[in-house]
Amino acid sequence: MAKRSGTLLVPTQIWWLLATGVAVIAPLAPHVQPWLTVAATLALVWRAALAWQRKPLPSRWLLLVLVVAGTAAVLWQFRTLLGQNPGVALLILFLALKHLESRTTRDGLAIVFLAFFLALAQFFYSQAIPAAIASAAGVLVATATLLALADPRAAPPAVLRRGGIMLLQALPLMLLLFVLFPRVQGPLWALPRDAASARTGLSDTMAPGSISQLSQSDAIAFRVRFADAVPAQKLLYWRGPVLPEFDGRAWRPMNEPPFPQLPYGEPGSGGLDYETIVEPHGRHWIFALELPGATTAATFATRDYQLVARAPLTVRQRHRLRSYPALQAGRDDGESLRQRALFLPEGSNPRIRALAARWRNAAQSDEDVLRLAESFFLNQRLLYTLAPPLLGEQSADEFLFDTRQGFCEHFANAFAVAMRAAGIPARVVTGYQGGEVNPVDGWLTVRQYDAHAWTEVWLAGRGWLRVDPTAISAPTRIDMNLAAAVPVGDPLPLMMRVDLAWLRDIRFRWDAVANAWNQWVLGYNPDRQRDLLRRLGMPQPDWQRMTAALAVLCGLALLALTAWTLRQRQRRDPALALWQKLSRRLGRRGLARRPAEGPLAYAQRVAAALPQAATDMHAIATLYARLRYGAGAPALLHELRHRMASFHP
Amino acid sequence: MNPAAALREQFIRWALRVRPPEESPITLGQRRVYVLPTRAGLGYAAALLTMLIGSINYNLSLGYVLTFLLAGLGVVAILHSFRNLVRLKVSRGRTPPVFAGEHVAFHLVLASDVERQALRLWLPDGENTTVDIAANDSADACLRLPATRRGWLALPRVGIETTWPLGMIRAWAYCAPDLRCLVYPKPATKAPPLPWGAGEHGGRRAGGQGNDDFAGLRGHQPADPPRHVAWKTAARQGEDAPLLTKQFDGAATARIWLDWHDAPGEDTEARLSVLTRWALDAHAAGLDWGLRLPERSFAPASGEEHLQAALTALALHGQA
Repeated sequence: MAKRSGTLLVPTQIWWLLATGVAVIAPLAPHVQPWLTVAATLALVWRAALAWQRKPLPSRWLLLVLVVAGTAAVLWQFRTLLGQNPGVALLILFLALKHLESRTTRDGLAIVFLAFFLALAQFFYSQAIPAAIASAAGVLVATATLLALADPRAAPPAVLRRGGIMLLQALPLMLLLFVLFPRVQGPLWALPRDAASARTGLSDTMAPGSISQLSQSDAIAFRVRFADAVPAQKLLYWRGPVLPEFDGRAWRPMNEPPFPQLPYGEPGSGGLDYETIVEPHGRHWIFALELPGATTAATFATRDYQLVARAPLTVRQRHRLRSYPALQAGRDDGESLRQRALFLPEGSNPRIRALAARWRNAAQSDEDVLRLAESFFLNQRLLYTLAPPLLGEQSADEFLFDTRQGFCEHFANAFAVAMRAAGIPARVVTGYQGGEVNPVDGWLTVRQYDAHAWTEVWLAGRGWLRVDPTAISAPTRIDMNLAAAVPVGDPLPLMMRVDLAWLRDIRFRWDAVANAWNQWVLGYNPDRQRDLLRRLGMPQPDWQRMTAALAVLCGLALLALTAWTLRQRQRRDPALALWQKLSRRLGRRGLARRPAEGPLAYAQRVAAALPQAATDMHAIATLYARLRYGAGAPALLHELRHRMASFHP
Repeated sequence: MNPAAALREQFIRWALRVRPPEESPITLGQRRVYVLPTRAGLGYAAALLTMLIGSINYNLSLGYVLTFLLAGLGVVAILHSFRNLVRLKVSRGRTPPVFAGEHVAFHLVLASDVERQALRLWLPDGENTTVDIAANDSADACLRLPATRRGWLALPRVGIETTWPLGMIRAWAYCAPDLRCLVYPKPATKAPPLPWGAGEHGGRRAGGQGNDDFAGLRGHQPADPPRHVAWKTAARQGEDAPLLTKQFDGAATARIWLDWHDAPGEDTEARLSVLTRWALDAHAAGLDWGLRLPERSFAPASGEEHLQAALTALALHGQA
């Protein structure tokens, strides 16, 4: 066989290649730097213009200059050529510039392969359903381009159709491979730093304003499905970072490594079982319902009862947890821990300190102080709002006595400061409160705007006790949701607007689909794979068994596909089939058609032998001849069938 | 032949699966259709492997989906390529004789009950052609080979391959159809004029030159006497017009013997070459001509069949 370095591209093929470029670069446009999109567009338009005017491609020197300039620009933009974002940028540039030097079908193949890489690169930015659809469209165009490269004469609609058919035929194999290909939990090597950049979510410090900025985001934080009924809304405190360290303005977590076990034992009863799917946020936190019962194989616990994953959540993670809403812990916490929970910087918030001293004097016990503080918060007529005024240095004082408007972090901050000033150990807990049950699939969805901050105080003999100062001033926030609690006119995320019920209904359905997608497509990891295979009856799914099953099933699928394609080839012309049937029938009376006998000659012979059937036979033969050798119409075939059925020689 | 080529030849002989030449029609059964990735296919596989590693490393579930979909596409391409070739029916087509020095056009008829695209047929010397076949139809594939020597020229082993639809998978098969072409000797370019003087062999009737009465014009043949060329007509029609020869009544009655011993030439091939030229000229001139070869002779006659028989004898002289 002669070695062929590819034939020259014909115009149709050039247009297909350009379509491929557009189809894979367009979905990336929102995610990459605008100059990249502009540069790629210019290159593609240039190529299109050259193809249109039938002009030669630019010289290799000019292209070399462009490649070097593009690479330098990427280097300047990212300070590196390695990693995900620079890699995608380079792919886009090379794909676009490759068009300007593509002369043969082999160059065309290189473009299509680059396009496949870019179709994959989209998933760095989003793996949601729209991204999958966009990528599928790109793959369809790229496949059609492959077909066009292999057969330049084919018409575009036929090529597109054939590409679609071939991709559909590839689906069964894809499904098998997806389910059974032994999964490895990545990464195989250290991910570049930009792999999990800039995601919305809680941070590990709390200062005024840090949570209210989340209130505008309806991004999903995590989803939960309870084994039994969903508990009351006011019990849904999802424990995130606990912040006992205070510097006068910001609250921070303890800087201690987590433990494999929770510092308390699991109670015998009262547990709620649920599974949670946490969206990737780049941190270790798992948001368990207060208080978690025990750590799992994949989680640790901090000393202040927060569950943390062993690895940062760069991907969506699933955890099966059990929590005890009635549990109180920390009765035996030592002196040092309590001392840290009493610390206030010198000179901070003098007005609260004075107030707390008055409470202390009037009260018999810590419980009394707590009651006094709660009633103070209630009587102070504090306004819960999404748009609180800015606060100065003494944020707790100013909030409590001057502005009296705040979001949950202002409430938690002020309450914790007041408790500490009164000599009661207190700390801030951040996390999420509430959630919304999706009526479509029953999953509770917790969004970023459910982010919340509350406090815990330590009482002798009882341990840490949750006190939510927001609930005191704005009970509707806890009993219902944010929308019910904030004043009318505050800007709310779209999902929270009560007047858009139909929109919410659509969103519920879409969320349910997206959730199923997340779990079954995106969340299909090694654990999930083992689970599923066990449920499907594979006793100990290890990679050997999976590979064996994969081989067997792929073989079967191939056989089925082969049989299908071969069956297609044997499907005869229906008119011919009827005609052959007639010959067999007449053969029983010694009147089988001779191999070289045409339909009309055969009809003549049959008519001579069977005069009573002459008319019918002639009609059938004429119909058949018209179907086979003339312009066969479906109506003719129908008539032939009809006549055959009533033909009884 | 170097060892690699010998091995290759060995493989092809094995791959052919039958002893050549084969009875026509040949149906390419599944056992003799082979499938391997092309270079583009290997590139595709490498690209998929890279994509798989990327998907694993970045935990891209949809990356797995995409990679596996494209892997499935590759497998489907194997099926389509295989299906595009398997059960193709190859039978002999019309292969008219030619003269040595010309090209033989071997015609093969490819029949199929399904639509087939871009089937490429090739010969060991690199000659190739590409055909498409519609469903329940047949197509003619023409492979040309230079005819260097007179006698039978057998169609060498034919390879049939297709990389349709994606160009990544190549399905191919070998077949050796029982097709041969008769190659007549090359007509001599510088032959002496027709041997009118060969009278002692019972050649021509006296006075039968047939240049008595002008009867019409016909295309000029190189052996025509120069004085019969219609020079006046040629001058009127200009340089590009073909030369015409004047025909005269009595030509039909002219008889001539083309004799092996009259033909000049130092060897057999040269003589055959001259005889071929004479036979063609005599036929073109519409003469009654006979051919005398050492082992057989053809009585004077005229007509296409006579010419074919004589040329066949010339082609196979000393060979069968």
